[in-house]
Amino acid sequence: MESGSGDGSSAFTATNDDLPMEAELLKRAWRNEKAAPQILQFDADLVQRSRELIKLMEETVEDFRSNGDDPLTVSLYQMDVDRTHFLLRSYLRTRLQKIEKYMFHIQKTPELWNRLSRQEKRFAERCTGDMEQHLQQSVLSKLPSIYHSHLRQSSSSEEDDMVPEPQLNTYVICRSKRYLGAFQLDDSGEDPVTIEADDLYALPYKSIKPLVETGQIDLV
Amino acid sequence: MDGQSDPQASTFSAAELEFVAEDEMIEIVPNMRMDPLDLICGKFGPFMPQIVTQVPIWLAIALKKRGKCTIRPPEWIAVEKLTQVLEAERDSEKFQPLPFHYVEISRLLFDIASDDIPDIYMVRSLIEDIKDVRFHKIGAGLEIISKERTYALRLKNLSAMEANIVRPFVTRALQTFYKLSSPEMIQDSGSVSDRQPQTTDRGPRLAVADAIGYPLEQTEAAYCSSAYVGLILRPTNTVSHHNKFWKAEYISVVYLKS
Repeated sequence: MESGSGDGSSAFTATNDDLPMEAELLKRAWRNEKAAPQILQFDADLVQRSRELIKLMEETVEDFRSNGDDPLTVSLYQMDVDRTHFLLRSYLRTRLQKIEKYMFHIQKTPELWNRLSRQEKRFAERCTGDMEQHLQQSVLSKLPSIYHSHLRQSSSSEEDDMVPEPQLNTYVICRSKRYLGAFQLDDSGEDPVTIEADDLYALPYKSIKPLVETGQIDLV
Repeated sequence: MDGQSDPQASTFSAAELEFVAEDEMIEIVPNMRMDPLDLICGKFGPFMPQIVTQVPIWLAIALKKRGKCTIRPPEWIAVEKLTQVLEAERDSEKFQPLPFHYVEISRLLFDIASDDIPDIYMVRSLIEDIKDVRFHKIGAGLEIISKERTYALRLKNLSAMEANIVRPFVTRALQTFYKLSSPEMIQDSGSVSDRQPQTTDRGPRLAVADAIGYPLEQTEAAYCSSAYVGLILRPTNTVSHHNKFWKAEYISVVYLKS
């Protein structure tokens, strides 16, 4: 993008505006998901469209093969499909890793729970069930009854203090495509940060969370 | 799982960054005829012998490996241009603008298309030097974080690979400074008080007896009243112990006879 933004690339985007967008959007979702400490909203439409696109292209490649087309062309199409396939799988896998890591936290936080897809919810449910059962069987059931909860240290704890949560005050490296102007990091009265277009910033995730979720800023 | 990054360490692995860099566009000169390609990532071609066309780097590499094209190195990969960048990089504290993926792109081209780059040895060593100078600057720049209160960091013109390398350190360091200077940490030491019940809630209201650690004996108290008692307290209001309160660390009681 950065180096090839000459006159040639604009001609491409003018002729086919929706196809290359898919690949770009998927890459962006993948990057954000990888860099964000907590799970982001599942992009159901994007995943659906990418799946269809991959399927369509795989059929095309099969057609080329059976027609005995130029093997070079076929292999190039195949590479293109493989690349998109990799992105999609890595995106889904990154999400599963986060779900496994913070399953109890996600399960008891409705805001996060609603970010999961139907399949991911099923995965999370089975995951939490299995983990709970495992903890009960291997350790908790052998302890005195006040320690039986897998969410709390003991029954005297006021809140669930044994649930791992993502660190939201961690710093992330981000970049905005447009000039966002002065941005207040938090309410501590510090000077606002001016966010210029295409520059990298290291900022606390908590402060820029709304910008990430509305797609105004990209994590890198 | 090969090529997948460990979520604990850097966010992206080097292989993943290379993957992203391979989507950057580059010019090639094909030596064969091929119909336009209608790919998921865009439409490219048609390919005609000796006619320059733009393709993503991964496509250029695939064609080059099969001997179907020559790659035209981007204009920043040239001795003259790189010499200028290196000089400017040495003279200035700032980072010179280079493509976001310059490390990955130059590496890919050196591996695949070394015969298409004029003065390859010179170019290669210039890129290495530029990388070294920039990494040295990053190291020097990191010292600023520790000297000033830093809440946000602008990494102007830092490239993808450089940002990825400093990420674990920079984000951790900033996070720690942020945590230590946050108002909750200074005012509300509640979470810590559970673990240190003896010292926390007394805070700055230290009584003499508390400071010494045991109640004054009657005789001592009587003695105190007839003497000047100098109490030297050194407040440990550093943030190193998670909370900011007066803790009698060094106490000496000096009795001065009147």
